[in-house]
Amino acid sequence: MATTYDIDTGGARPALEARGVSVYYGEKQAVRSIDLIIPPNRVVALIGPSGCGKSTLLRCFNRMNDLVPGARVEGEVDFHGQNLYGAHVDPVEVRRRIGMVFQKPNPFPKSIYDNTAFGPKVNGYRGDMGVLVEESLRQAALWDEVHDRLGDSAYALSGGQQQRLCIARTLAVRPEIVLMDEPASALDPIATQKIEELILQLKKDYTIVIVTHNMQQAARISDFTAFLYMGELVEYGPTGTIFTTPREERTEAYVTGRFG
Amino acid sequence: MSQTRAPLGMSGRGRDRRRRVAGALFAILCAAATLVGVVALAVLLTDVIMDGSHRLSVDFLTSFASRFPERAGVKAALVGSVWILGLTAVIAFPVSVAAAIYLEEYAPKSWVTRLIQLNIANLAGVPSIVYGMLGLTLFVRALALQRSILSGALTLSILILPVIIMASQEAIRAVPRSLREAAYGLGATRWQVVSLQVLPMAMPGILTGTILALSRAVGETAPLIMVGAVGFLAFTPSGVMDQFTVLPLQIYNWISRPQEEFHQLAAAGILVLLILLLTMNATAIILRNRFRKHH
Repeated sequence: MATTYDIDTGGARPALEARGVSVYYGEKQAVRSIDLIIPPNRVVALIGPSGCGKSTLLRCFNRMNDLVPGARVEGEVDFHGQNLYGAHVDPVEVRRRIGMVFQKPNPFPKSIYDNTAFGPKVNGYRGDMGVLVEESLRQAALWDEVHDRLGDSAYALSGGQQQRLCIARTLAVRPEIVLMDEPASALDPIATQKIEELILQLKKDYTIVIVTHNMQQAARISDFTAFLYMGELVEYGPTGTIFTTPREERTEAYVTGRFG
Repeated sequence: MSQTRAPLGMSGRGRDRRRRVAGALFAILCAAATLVGVVALAVLLTDVIMDGSHRLSVDFLTSFASRFPERAGVKAALVGSVWILGLTAVIAFPVSVAAAIYLEEYAPKSWVTRLIQLNIANLAGVPSIVYGMLGLTLFVRALALQRSILSGALTLSILILPVIIMASQEAIRAVPRSLREAAYGLGATRWQVVSLQVLPMAMPGILTGTILALSRAVGETAPLIMVGAVGFLAFTPSGVMDQFTVLPLQIYNWISRPQEEFHQLAAAGILVLLILLLTMNATAIILRNRFRKHH
């Protein structure tokens, strides 16, 4: 079932474009032929009940599904005119240009500095690492809290700080797109608010795709919202429209909390 | 109290009391089972210390074996054990860790991999004498390595490979998936993920497994007799192609003699072996703690 939708990219070329993307885990189909345009420098939220395929779809955008045994992706994801699943595309390169922040903060068991420097280091960054680390931590709104203890273990930070460190670590690689898989679901309301403010800041420089369970969060921070249900894209459009005047009954039922 | 509600702990009648007695009995039984091990070790230690401690001296460590018990020592056997152990570690550790990394991080999850896995588990249970025969055929004869330290170390390496591989796999598997994903998500290659994140985190477990396997190797006698360790040696080896003897073999040699003096030597030899083992285990703990601190 192809869904028609109207996404205004402001005349710019989409940052990502999924065409007929399906994902199978063994025999089970988790994502059913989804078409999706991600406009640049916008926040796109993927919402839907548990098991609807939103995280799976997100993981298609930087080939994270390659790491899951038995997972198979069909269709195309266009990035700068190139299919991410093309024969000559190196998934390592894809993940460098399209970063990811995970649901649970997962810093490395290393110092704050080493966590931030890990990505640039493995990618052969040759500039001044200290400057890059500071910039990245500032971008993630963490610098002021940690600048005098960069050598401390990342595990000494609070959950919210750890998640911002994970965002800083992702930004340090200078990706074009940042994928976030329920980045605030393990955090308290104040830490969540900080992450949300941060996402709005980051929009200036990055394209962000965020999976969230929290519909208020989607409404607060995203420009566009896609509603997925049972592996299908039910509706996609400007966030305001999806939450106030959705075209599909199922979307309305979900955003008003009648199921899910 | 209007109703017949007994205070806590006083309601025990019939089934309730039996239940508590059974619980207490079970705890006592488990404690007794634990004691069996502890007591056995204590008895063994006391016996060996009583028999052998008065023979333990610097002379004992620096003298070669001799027909005269008062002049005999463990020098050749101790040095031989250390040589064998060192070489076995150098051979077995990298091979096992590489195999574990391959099986956990690279190998496709196919029936071939499962078959290999099953075989490794089975190999860990093969009697050591069988490895001795393999060593004799393969290393001593086919590869013409003679009755050398190298043959012995290669044989013991194969003997402990499955143990280290399985311990390393456990340790590698215990590294959380989220850390791998984090590293991959930052554009790390598979090798970078393995070498910079997985291995450092798994290293304490791998080291523990290795030292435990080496502890087994240091006590092995049968396979080394097969590959030609000698019971009486009056020199220390100067290279990997030299002949050798090891502590367990020396102990066996002494114990099989009729004279009481040699039995005391054997007890002293056992003490040296135990001290070597304890030193190894202590090293394992120190290494593990150091790795934990760094990662």
